[in-house]
Amino acid sequence: MNKQKGYIGIDIGSISTKGVIIDDKNNILASEYIWTEGAPIKATKKIIETFKNTLENNNISLDIYGIGTTGSARNLIGSILNANVIKNEITAHAIGTLNTFPDVKTILEIGGQDSKLIIIRNGIVVDYAMNTLCAAGTGAFLSSQAKRLGVNIEDIGKIALTSKNPSKIAARCTVFAESDLVHKAQIGHTKEDLIAGICNSVVQNYLNNLGKGKIIEDKVVFQGGVSKNIGVVKAFENALNKKIYVDDNSHLMGALGIAIISKNANKNGNKLDFDFNIKEVDFKTIGTECNGCSNNCEIINIYKDNKLIDKMGGRCQKGNMIKKIV
Amino acid sequence: MRKKYIVGFPVLGNYYIPIYNFLNNIVDKELVEVLMPNKITDETIVNGAKVSPDFVCVPFKYNMGNYIEAIEKGANVLIQAGGGCRYGYYFELQEQILKDMGNDFIFISFLEEEGLNIKKLYNKLKILNPNLRFSEFCYQGGLAVSTVKIMDDFETYMRNNYNLQINENEFDKIEEEMLNDILKINTLSKLVKFKNKYVKKLKQVNLRKINNDDIKIGIVGELFTSMEPFSSFFIEKELLNYKCIVKRYTTVTYLILQKGFAKKKVMKKASGYIDYHFGADGPETIAHTLELIDKNYDGIIHIKPFGCSPEINAMPILQKISREKNIPIMYLTFDEQTTSTGIKTRIEAFYDMLKMKKDQNYANIKEEKVYE
Repeated sequence: MNKQKGYIGIDIGSISTKGVIIDDKNNILASEYIWTEGAPIKATKKIIETFKNTLENNNISLDIYGIGTTGSARNLIGSILNANVIKNEITAHAIGTLNTFPDVKTILEIGGQDSKLIIIRNGIVVDYAMNTLCAAGTGAFLSSQAKRLGVNIEDIGKIALTSKNPSKIAARCTVFAESDLVHKAQIGHTKEDLIAGICNSVVQNYLNNLGKGKIIEDKVVFQGGVSKNIGVVKAFENALNKKIYVDDNSHLMGALGIAIISKNANKNGNKLDFDFNIKEVDFKTIGTECNGCSNNCEIINIYKDNKLIDKMGGRCQKGNMIKKIV
Repeated sequence: MRKKYIVGFPVLGNYYIPIYNFLNNIVDKELVEVLMPNKITDETIVNGAKVSPDFVCVPFKYNMGNYIEAIEKGANVLIQAGGGCRYGYYFELQEQILKDMGNDFIFISFLEEEGLNIKKLYNKLKILNPNLRFSEFCYQGGLAVSTVKIMDDFETYMRNNYNLQINENEFDKIEEEMLNDILKINTLSKLVKFKNKYVKKLKQVNLRKINNDDIKIGIVGELFTSMEPFSSFFIEKELLNYKCIVKRYTTVTYLILQKGFAKKKVMKKASGYIDYHFGADGPETIAHTLELIDKNYDGIIHIKPFGCSPEINAMPILQKISREKNIPIMYLTFDEQTTSTGIKTRIEAFYDMLKMKKDQNYANIKEEKVYE
């Protein structure tokens, strides 16, 4: 039987893990979005398991010709899945979005711990900005404030839209924003006004931090987990006075991008050794200290069924195992 | 038995070697031991940050870490040579903090409030050698400055041509040998011999020509993070791993010998963007950025410690330049964090972006990264 070619892209973020399988024409055959919950290996196993079930249910049988990982756990998961590409999330996001919106000029991206602004002209990334030093104005802030107000993070957007008079919440720093929020709640601001205020403050923070000196031109695409929050989308539209495009798969763009990169990277067209039954494989990570110099780098040793497959985390090559990716 | 005075001083890049050599050449060896400082490690910054004000810029914290390490090794004379911006005020605060911690030592600042005063410095250093003649002091001082100049010339040459080497690692070997040889220089004739030896050696390294598809990246910004690789998570090395051509202007030679004379040139270059010199290295950052753009560099990375006001002043102007000249500039800010993951992600993305721009084709992203 002639099997179809498939390419896996996994984007393991701090908060959520996203995965897609695409075919030769970049169509998404299966996708999944779950919480990472601090366990990237477990989350990845879960995603591969879902892939397997989705493919079986749709009667698709695939040979895997590309595996790409991106996001903050990309090195760890890349090693475990034996990926042929490990790439940063900025490149992955740009390529994923360009596949969906070829005429995009500005990508706004807000994830769990970081936010990015990617400027594209004529299909080429020409500039980008990424938040540094602190995680203010990201998904982590939204979810902690939702918890404080006792609402589900998924409902924030809808509630924000009902507000007629959003509270003004300090936008510069999460710590100040939080005390602003608490004070306003205690003097009687309604919950929907507060929530709309938070959404505005995320947007203000984003534009002040990343938008500085950058020209935001149409077409503007908004993605990342926070793009699912309609309150923030509306706040962006008000602040920029532009139409904001949000794709149904806006949360999967990084995973889609890395899958496409893995497809392009597999130039010799060899099938990769990949087993969908990864759930049964036992992966273990053990931390050790290198002690090679006074940096005492923390080295992570990765074991697959009790066999050491990779070592990483060192500043120099002394404590690391060198593994070359083609 | 240990000597009466044990001298410790902070680290900045490889400059600790000529400084060590200078001190060793002028002190009375019966009286004084000069400590060779350790290179900066995680421990240095952790220890330094513990006793530093939270919002002070990160060079202060590195210095404090170095002093603490020196004191642990028995130092009772500490030296500070920084100046230029508010760095010039740091020594008093550093002295006070270290004394409050219960340490007893003599603190020598090379610079006065008004800048370098050779006579005053001579008198200060006489404590380390009561018989030091002024002429000898000037001779050794000049020798040290010349050594730094020659070392900078060599290092700049190696940095600019690093990825043009045909045989890998040749420069690394030469650099290691060169740094060791610096410690043997104590007369002018030895310096001349040193220079000739390494000019010859460097000439023997085979270089290829720069191609049009080489990615060229310039580094501009604050001096400490530019010159001390640990403080910028080895950003230069990281870029060199991607086979880029990397250029930076800031060296000690530039700061002490050339900057004063170049001021007019800098202001001329930056005219149209700034009207007056707003202090420290901010205007230089702007002029150098414009120069790099003239030289067709593909991208520019601006680095600074958190809270560095001269560089913060330069940033809005850089943003304007970036917009007008269509050149990507990445801004990186460093503080006391010890994980380099975030920086690596940004550098990789910056490189990818420049590479794609050059190739104008996404399918051609080369996957040659070795991950660790």
